[in-house]
Amino acid sequence: MPERTPLSDPAITMELVSDHGLSEEDYNHIKEILGREPSFTELGIFSVMWSEHCCYKSSKLLLKTFPTSGQRILQGPGENAGVVDIGDGLAVVFKMESHNHPSAVEPYQGAATGVGGILRDIFTMGARPIAMLNPLRFGNPSIAWNRYIVNGVISGIADYGNCVGVPTVAGDIYFSDSYNGNPLVNVMCVGLMDKKDMTLACARTSGSYVVYYGNATGRDGIHGATFASEELSEDSQERRSAVQVGDPFMGKRILEATLDLIRARVVEGIQDMGAAGLTCSTCEMAGRGAKGIEIDLDCVPQRAENMSPYELMLSESQERMLAICPRDKIDQVREILTKWDLECCILGTVTDDGLMRVKHGGRVVAEIPAAKISDDSPVCRREARTPEYLNRLTKFDPAAVEPPADYNPALLELLAFPTIASKRWVYEQYDHMVQTNTVVSPGHSAAVLRIKGTNKHIALSCDGNGMYCYLNPYIGGMITVAEAARNVVCTGAEPIAITNCLNFGNPEKPDIFHQFAECIRGIGDACRELNTPVTGGNVSFYNENQGEAVFPTPVIGMLGVIDDPQWITPSGFQDEGDCIVLLGPEVTHLGGSQYLYQRMKVVVGPCPEMHLETERKVQAVCREAIRAGLVKSAHDLSEGGLAVAVAEACLRSERQLGAVITMNAQLRLDIALFGEAQSRILMSCAPSSLDSLMQLAKVHNVTARKIGTVRGERLIINRSVDLSIASLQEAHHTVP
Amino acid sequence: MIHAKVHVTLKPDVMDPQGLAVKNALESLDYKTVSRVSIGKYFLVDFDSSDREAVEADLEKMCKQLLSNPVIENYRYQLEDGTQ
Repeated sequence: MPERTPLSDPAITMELVSDHGLSEEDYNHIKEILGREPSFTELGIFSVMWSEHCCYKSSKLLLKTFPTSGQRILQGPGENAGVVDIGDGLAVVFKMESHNHPSAVEPYQGAATGVGGILRDIFTMGARPIAMLNPLRFGNPSIAWNRYIVNGVISGIADYGNCVGVPTVAGDIYFSDSYNGNPLVNVMCVGLMDKKDMTLACARTSGSYVVYYGNATGRDGIHGATFASEELSEDSQERRSAVQVGDPFMGKRILEATLDLIRARVVEGIQDMGAAGLTCSTCEMAGRGAKGIEIDLDCVPQRAENMSPYELMLSESQERMLAICPRDKIDQVREILTKWDLECCILGTVTDDGLMRVKHGGRVVAEIPAAKISDDSPVCRREARTPEYLNRLTKFDPAAVEPPADYNPALLELLAFPTIASKRWVYEQYDHMVQTNTVVSPGHSAAVLRIKGTNKHIALSCDGNGMYCYLNPYIGGMITVAEAARNVVCTGAEPIAITNCLNFGNPEKPDIFHQFAECIRGIGDACRELNTPVTGGNVSFYNENQGEAVFPTPVIGMLGVIDDPQWITPSGFQDEGDCIVLLGPEVTHLGGSQYLYQRMKVVVGPCPEMHLETERKVQAVCREAIRAGLVKSAHDLSEGGLAVAVAEACLRSERQLGAVITMNAQLRLDIALFGEAQSRILMSCAPSSLDSLMQLAKVHNVTARKIGTVRGERLIINRSVDLSIASLQEAHHTVP
Repeated sequence: MIHAKVHVTLKPDVMDPQGLAVKNALESLDYKTVSRVSIGKYFLVDFDSSDREAVEADLEKMCKQLLSNPVIENYRYQLEDGTQ
């Protein structure tokens, strides 16, 4: 290996400060906190901790408006992950994160390390990871570079998840030109634990040891957090160090070792080293416990030679953990780590003076009040302005689009459209059965997992339609939550909490900040109405490529609980002769639909409406009807509207059942079939249950109509659509 | 006809879990003097052309686009004239 001399500390100039992404105001604030000029290492520490990625400076004021408490919430935002009580002494831990920028420059490792990172957030809380979900947004698949990104990201996720033995149970994928060059790679992980095992990332007792285990520290990923807080440009391709390489086998070992440490009750706090590595884990754990922490960098296992304190503190090498261990437990800690072939490195101790003190080569290279690094981080009040495009796009009257001359090819083309087409080619690369708890697997509205040893099941879904949020950020934000909840309700579950990943462009641009603020307002309102508090999440800004922002794309991960396995409801039709019922309001326009996007290649029209009260009632009817045993299948209407939902319900029936649908003749058929009005659920029921189902809807004041019958081997809609199930299947399984 | 031999290796500071696994395996077989193993890729690419300059220009592009990822990997290559 070529010999590298340690970086000699450069003199601190305003140029260096600004290269670290800090303003003059920030710098003066740093001097105020320290009472002196910072050292180079200290400047690096502040730079990463005060980057958008770590301190949420643009978003934290707005994030505070989210509802975050509830009876079931054991831990809300601010920890490694949110924790929700599901009864029987059990808790579910879940969180979503983005790995957008790394995946744009190195799709395989970017996605793989995203999976590794979110897994660590879950097991650090004391939970065994039981499921992964992957919401992905890619550029137009007809462009070769986008296909390269798609393949790399999907194999990265599959390989890491499959190696560590955590099933990937659901996800969603959208394709749009808006994501060209800046894909969105969000990863959600769900874990299960005994409530008593909950462990926080906190240093509580002075004198406790600071223990490092996992991979050695190298020069990789230095300033990854800062990198995530910049727009991508041509030369991002050439950036060296911001991408790390994942090591799933090590990931698995630290997973098992961490759970052993927690169950043996030998650690008092634990945090993984993710973004901003050693810096973030030390100062945050000390800060949360109102303690200090002292570490000696000479004790850090190093992969590269001659690493400077600056590099050691900022490295983002993967699969590294930091635990706080009481002095009398250190032998047990060492024993457990040795069992998993991990070295136990004591870096230092927890102190009483509230300072984060870092030593290197016998010198103190950083000494900062630990709590101040996070508590005093900058807050930016960004300017928001309603974007001009909104007027232009929403004025478009979708009714001006001619109805299709022939509905058969129109439906087949829509079913084959990459965003709508089956994602089997993706999820068959994932292991979704490992751990053998997956009851409803990928390809349905939501995944359902059993909780071994109980009657309970959990349902999981992730959703986020960037097109709606682009056309109306407030309504789009509400729809994102509503749809995720509806998906979970359709499986028979009660939605109880969300996590989120908010993907937006550059927040310094007033147009973008307007989108962000409005989406947040919409998500908050929907969460309040549907009683699903926010347990945490992640904000990813600067998702732009060559100055163009991606669609504002908040993604919601929804957790639902099913108390009785009899409630678990499939999305495909079950039996010949069953009645097909459409629950929810009438569709009125084609705005924001995939149908318009596919035909016209533009995103136009008003966003579909969302009335939260209607949404809540529709979900209540669905839930109650399922519990009363009236429902044989339930499927949420989303992209592609009613026609696609019916086709999917046919395709998902085990026996490939057909359906005969009769639509209201007064409505324009293309609007009725392809419009994406919200709060709608397609159900099937036995003819003998129809009256009771209609009655239940009436009690809740929800519109319900019988629109057809499960019958034959063809999908027939009025006199306009007449297609064999085999032809639907062929179209739906088109690989882009 | 031109033969190209392309070597792709991870950049020096990028972690190489595969290399590390092989190193550990060698150690467990009692090879105590191994200090580092790194794993890379080796491509043989044959061109139906005798225009070295054009081939090299193409190869340079291939390396950047597909054979390596310049973000984490280095590449180098040699060109040889071949008969068949």
